[in-house]
Amino acid sequence: MQDTPDSRRQFLKCMAWAGAGTVWLMKGGVLHAQPLGGDQAAAKDASFSFVQISDSHIGFHKAPNADVAGTFRQALARVNAEASRPAFLLHTGDLTHLSRPEEFDTLAGLMQEARVGRTFYVPGEHDVIGDSGAEFFRRFGERQQAGGWYSFDHGGVHFVGLINVLNLKAGGLGSLGTDQLAWLKNDLGGLSASTPIVVFAHMPLWPLYPPWGWGTDDSAEALVHLRRFGSVSVLNGHIHQIQQKVEGTITFYTARSTAYPQPAPGEGPAPGPLASVPPDALHRYIGVRDVRHVQGKERLAITDEALSR
Amino acid sequence: MSTVIKALAFAFALTVLLCAVEASAMTAKASSSNGARTYQVAIRNFAFEPGTITVPAGATVVWVNQDEEPHTVTSAGSGFASSKALDTDDRYEAIFSRPGTYTYYCSIHPHMVGTIIVQ
Repeated sequence: MQDTPDSRRQFLKCMAWAGAGTVWLMKGGVLHAQPLGGDQAAAKDASFSFVQISDSHIGFHKAPNADVAGTFRQALARVNAEASRPAFLLHTGDLTHLSRPEEFDTLAGLMQEARVGRTFYVPGEHDVIGDSGAEFFRRFGERQQAGGWYSFDHGGVHFVGLINVLNLKAGGLGSLGTDQLAWLKNDLGGLSASTPIVVFAHMPLWPLYPPWGWGTDDSAEALVHLRRFGSVSVLNGHIHQIQQKVEGTITFYTARSTAYPQPAPGEGPAPGPLASVPPDALHRYIGVRDVRHVQGKERLAITDEALSR
Repeated sequence: MSTVIKALAFAFALTVLLCAVEASAMTAKASSSNGARTYQVAIRNFAFEPGTITVPAGATVVWVNQDEEPHTVTSAGSGFASSKALDTDDRYEAIFSRPGTYTYYCSIHPHMVGTIIVQ
C-alpha cells in the first residue's frame, strides 16, 4: 500500500472495523457476550472469560478487505487490551483462505501477538483443501483423537471441539461422522447434567440455511447427546455474521469474521463476500467474541451485542 | 484406473493444447459451435453452469472459477482426477475419454454439484 493520505485514511478505516469484537463472559454457566473493549464492569462477576475469533481467511485479498492480516492483527490488539485477561482464545476455523502453507505461516506468526495463555483451533473447510487437513492438524491440532476432535475442562465448564468440515459428500452439508459421534457420546457420558457445556465447530450445528450449505448433516445426532445438560452453548463460525437460535437448553450462536462479511441467509444469489460494503461500515459486520463465566447461575444463556455502536 | 482420464494443470494443458490442437479450437472453446472437443463450465455464484453437460468421448472440459470464493472440482466417485483449490479466475481441465456419467462437487461447498455425461 502506498503511503498517501488517501491510502492511510483507507487503512485507518479498515482498522476501525477490525477493532470491533466480542468477549464471552462465563457467569455461572451463563454466557454473556459483549464487544471487546466494552463495559469492563460487566466482567467483574465473571469467573473467567474467553474470546472467540473466527474466519480470519488469511490469503483473501479482494473487496471488501485487501488486508485481512491487518484486521486480524487489530482484533488481537483488542484482545490484548482487555482489562480482564481472557483465559484462552477459540479460533473456530477458516484460519486461511486456501490452505496454503504460507497462509498458515502468516496466521501462526500473527497469533504470536496474542497475549493469552493458549489458543484452541478447529478447522474450517478452507483449511483442509486438498490434504484433508493434514497441514492444519500438524500445526494446530490438539492430537487427542485421530480424527482431530477433542475436549477439555476449564473453570467447571466442559469444552468440546468438533470437526465438521471433512469427508463431505456431494450435495451434502457439514459432517461429523459416526466415529466422532460415538466419541462425543462417550466424552459426555461421565458428566453430570449440571455441567455447563460449550461445543465449538466451524460450520453451524443446526440447519441455518441448507440451500447455501449452512448446516451439518448429522448435527441432530450430536444434539441427542447434549439435551440432558442444563446449559449448552454451541459456537460456530463459517457464515461471517451473527445468527442465534435457542432450542430448549441449547443455544446456538455463529460468530462474525475478522476478515469480511457474508450476506444474510438467502439475500442475494450466493453466499460470497459482501464486496460492496464500504470500509467505514465494515466494523458493523466483523469482529471478535469474548465470553466470561459467571459464578452462581445454573442455566446457560447467550447474549450478543453489535460489535460497533 | 479403468478410465483413461488425464487432468492437467492449466498452464501445462495450454502448452499441450497449443501443440496438439489447432488454434481455432482453442479460441472457440467456450462456444464449441464447430463441434470442438473443448467444453467450458463456469463456476459462478456458488454453482456449476451448466450444471449438467453432455459431451462426446474424448472431450476436454474446462472449468473457470468466476467467484470471489475458492472452489474445487472434486470427482464424486474418483471417476476423474480432482482439482486443487481454484482461486478467482483459476481454470481446471479434465479430458473425458470414456462414455459414462461423472458426478462432481465442490469439496469446499459440497452443496455445489455438477454432472458430465460422456457419450
